[in-house]
Amino acid sequence: MIMAIEQGEIEKVAELSRIRISDEEIGQVTERIAEILQMVDQLQAVDTHDVEPMANPLDATQRLRPDEVTQSNRRDAFQAIAPAVENGLYLVPKVIE
Amino acid sequence: MHTKSVAQLVTGLRERQFSSVEVTRAYLDRIDALDSQYNSFITVDEAAALAAAGVADERLASGAANALTGIPIAHKDIFCTDGVRTSCGSRMLDNFVPPYDATVIQRFKSAGAVLLGKTNMDEFAMGSSNESSFYGPARNPWNTDLVPGGSSGGSAAAVAGLLAPAATGTDTGGSIRQPAAFCGITGLKPTYGRVSRLGIVAFASSLDQAGPMAHSAEDCAFLLNTMAGHDPLDSTSSTVATEDYCATLGDSLEGLRIGLPTEYFGEGLDVATGECINDALKELEAQGATLVEMSLPHSALTIPTYYIIAPAEASTNLARFDGVRYGYRCENPVDLHDLYSRTRQEGFGEEVKRRILVGTYALSAGYYDAYYKKAQQIRRLIKQDFMHCFEQVDVIAGPTTPGPAFALGAKSNDPISMYLEDVYTLAVNLAGLPGMSLPAGFVEGKPVGLQLIGRHFSEARLLNVAHRFQQATDWHLRTPDSAKGGTL
Repeated sequence: MIMAIEQGEIEKVAELSRIRISDEEIGQVTERIAEILQMVDQLQAVDTHDVEPMANPLDATQRLRPDEVTQSNRRDAFQAIAPAVENGLYLVPKVIE
Repeated sequence: MHTKSVAQLVTGLRERQFSSVEVTRAYLDRIDALDSQYNSFITVDEAAALAAAGVADERLASGAANALTGIPIAHKDIFCTDGVRTSCGSRMLDNFVPPYDATVIQRFKSAGAVLLGKTNMDEFAMGSSNESSFYGPARNPWNTDLVPGGSSGGSAAAVAGLLAPAATGTDTGGSIRQPAAFCGITGLKPTYGRVSRLGIVAFASSLDQAGPMAHSAEDCAFLLNTMAGHDPLDSTSSTVATEDYCATLGDSLEGLRIGLPTEYFGEGLDVATGECINDALKELEAQGATLVEMSLPHSALTIPTYYIIAPAEASTNLARFDGVRYGYRCENPVDLHDLYSRTRQEGFGEEVKRRILVGTYALSAGYYDAYYKKAQQIRRLIKQDFMHCFEQVDVIAGPTTPGPAFALGAKSNDPISMYLEDVYTLAVNLAGLPGMSLPAGFVEGKPVGLQLIGRHFSEARLLNVAHRFQQATDWHLRTPDSAKGGTL
């Protein structure tokens, strides 16, 4: 069985998810997620020895296509909806001092 | 005008009884007059809709009409629409105007349909009540104190309130069928891969599927004829040949074997809802079907399995919302990390964040085997249950939901009780099967939905069974009092 999740673990997962959670919220968020994890914990009791995991409901595998250019370049249309662009580049806060 | 079916509108337009501009104007006027009570639309562009209707009228006049030329259709705000805001019910995409159409939208445009507007939905399709929408909940036309269901609640409310003749929805765990049941309309979730996912904002990619929502099975068949088909741009799109889903609607049900899973009729099912379902089954029996009791032994595991797989896939899909390329961006980020984490804190609502966190946890190092792999193994067992049953029966039937629509606010602070709403619908997505919900009666004025589940790619058979049922019943023709006002 899996142990109940602790607040520190939620903080770690929030960091991995790049979602800031305020100090006021973290207690309640932990509580709710603990409830969900407790609910899903019943899966642990099922014997799945020799059962192949199923990623696609039709057990389809990735289709391949010829390596040819099929799409036109629409950079301007896609960048027109970006929060900040300059000279064809997406702008973010400075990452190198 | 607004009480006509899609099939009647198609005929009326061809016979020049009315024009597409008149039909479209009638629905726009109704939206204007009545949608303040339903909140079923997020975006309506009247001028664009009327312009498209004008083009449709020219085509009709020149005899160049396609399957749906001139028919106004509402689309869930999860389908990318070129030049029309696509919010997915989220603050994150409140300012997002896609530069391209989803394949489904393209197909409707090619068929001549008019884009009436974009409908309300739970944020990123995560919810069963429409209450997680950034734009406020849509409401149930049968009683506006009740939820319309979710996540395609706006589409269901718009059709039930006669603000659109038909709509599209998407269904990841019941999001077409449950709102269809709650609002007294007909909705179909096709087989996984039957309808292209390209341009549908992704939630859980191995479960997501788009389908039609309308008053009748016949109208759903009309829409599915336009929606279904292979799309080379969606790598999971099926190459299995499509059918004319209208062609076999009237086929006899003589000899049809209908399986009734004991797990769908046991504890947890509202008694009065169960009585409606039993009456509906008697009608099918009267038409020559045989009812067979059977079992789906892993049913109790569908909720925990789904609530690992769906959040895991969602956490991956929603990683793209980073405040850099499109959508919401927080103000004055101090550095890149702050840009990502505050954009996502402010842009996502509570339930979406909760699922991203659960999914990230289930996929994280040390927990992957215990959660995600385990859930994928049990997913196979759930699918095998269905495959065994389909050796003996043609169709599986049962309730769509454990009970009728609940009150706004009744479950919004309790995620697990909300998750339990989908107890009869989730397995269909996990197994990739087609499923539909059709009106089967009322409990205290609230609609009840009968669910039909078929073998992979048996949409035509499901629509046939539903159509035959609707030829003998009038549940799907009832109109809520709240929709009786307005023009025409």
